[in-house]
Amino acid sequence: MRPLDCVIQEVRSEAPKIRTLRLDREIDPAPGQYAMIWVRGVDEIPMSFSGPDTITVQEVGIATQALFSLGAGSSIGLRGPLGRGFVLRGDRILLIGGGVGTAPLAFLGEQARRSGAEVTSLVGFRSSEEIIFETRFEALGDTIITTDDGSVGIRGRVAEGLKQLDLSEYSQIYLCGPELMMWDIISRARLHSGKIQACINRYFKCAVGVCGSCCLDPEGLRVCVEGPVVSADRLLESEFGRYRRGPTGGRGPCRG
Amino acid sequence: MPSLSVDVGGLRLKNPVMLAAGILGTTGASLRRAALAGAGGVVTKSLGTSPREGHPGPTVVQVECGLLNAMGLPNPSYREFQEEIEIARTGGAPVVASIFGSSPEEFAQIARGLKADAFELNLSCPHAENYGSELGRFPAMVEAVTGAVKAAADAPVWVKLTPNTADIVELGLAAQRGGADAVVAINTLKAMAIDIESGCPILGNGLGGLSGQAIKPVAVRCIYELAMRLEIPVIGVGGVGSWEDAVEMMMAGASAVQVGTAMLKGYGVFEEITGGLSRFLERKSLELEELRFMAGRRS
Repeated sequence: MRPLDCVIQEVRSEAPKIRTLRLDREIDPAPGQYAMIWVRGVDEIPMSFSGPDTITVQEVGIATQALFSLGAGSSIGLRGPLGRGFVLRGDRILLIGGGVGTAPLAFLGEQARRSGAEVTSLVGFRSSEEIIFETRFEALGDTIITTDDGSVGIRGRVAEGLKQLDLSEYSQIYLCGPELMMWDIISRARLHSGKIQACINRYFKCAVGVCGSCCLDPEGLRVCVEGPVVSADRLLESEFGRYRRGPTGGRGPCRG
Repeated sequence: MPSLSVDVGGLRLKNPVMLAAGILGTTGASLRRAALAGAGGVVTKSLGTSPREGHPGPTVVQVECGLLNAMGLPNPSYREFQEEIEIARTGGAPVVASIFGSSPEEFAQIARGLKADAFELNLSCPHAENYGSELGRFPAMVEAVTGAVKAAADAPVWVKLTPNTADIVELGLAAQRGGADAVVAINTLKAMAIDIESGCPILGNGLGGLSGQAIKPVAVRCIYELAMRLEIPVIGVGGVGSWEDAVEMMMAGASAVQVGTAMLKGYGVFEEITGGLSRFLERKSLELEELRFMAGRRS
């Protein structure tokens, strides 16, 4: 598909470096699916949906900086929705998120609530000012918040919040956040990995499953089309949490 | 079942349907997956002397009749890639290293330093400054690069040709003079797409290369012209997505074919094509070799 022209209707600041952009059309994504967002003249980057017509962006590089400079009325190109999103299983679900990775989980939680599921959330942030979507999660059900500096909720990493939960009570667990945080959760919840759906991130170029830049070792899973939501049991023996490839295709460390 | 195995350009392939360069060739695991899915051979992403990130996005645009791309030769350098080739080899099919450089010396340096079952010289990428077709459109350069790699490599050398030229046969003959073991035809056709809402070229690089269905008739013509004049084998690539396409390319003169854009349909394409090819040969009571250049003998 060629990029669709989408006009930004509204820009909302969620945290110092996080903004939500509302687009002028619903393109009917499933939570966990993503779009390739084209900032004309700059670059095209993958973004997950935080709602049926919203994306939530964290400023991390040149393309997201350029996206940040766009106000309401500006337009972007969009290819999507792409990839496989979360699949709702059972009626008692747990969302575990970190930072801007909480965006697709809030979207998923709202859909799950509407279809009658009971939703519990465990979400972690660096500090109180970086907390996003607090009211969205609290509206869904029980919510545990962690902050690295202890300014709100439990002090420490997201995994600290696991101690308050009995994972066997949930029909399905949905995970999204920085890779090392997700890896931390998956390794601690190894016994439950078959019911954890993780929304992961790799370097996407083509986003249609042909260029190979996002392939995950050792299976060669094409994350852009066979993910980005992947069952955690497929991640246990993979490169995930250990290394990842950058724009050259070479291996590099996982960060954050 | 008729045998699909074929000797081509110094390699023995269990079947003539290979994975094309630049497609799912960034990691050893994805190449191995293609081999396990039934590819007769696999070609890596093009490798150069130093790491390159490639062009900014969008790097691909899907158009009505194919795929437009300007990846920009991203690669971690040939030095970083040997391990991936070893992983790819565990899939059980020959691994061909696609390589690029800006001079005969650079090509030779890579061919000396890298171990692969064969080399495919990228003298045809249409959208990277100083590389690909910027060298490959000159017959003298094609001959010089091929000669330099032949002298440096201890594996067969294939030369991938550009269709963005008035006479592809001149380029094929130059490769043959340089000592090539086979030519591969064709790379993408230079192309462009524009976003009409903004007037911007869609590809980050502006210009790119068109692949897929749209270019198959051009590929078939190029293969036919090459097969008519060259002594060395021609490997056909450009829009092969079905067994019928593979048969047509072989009838045009291809000894084997490569699949690129059709990988959009997934890894099942290899079995689809080889299965269809077997059934076709059985129905027609033909050997694979009899298909090759059938159109040349009947025109």
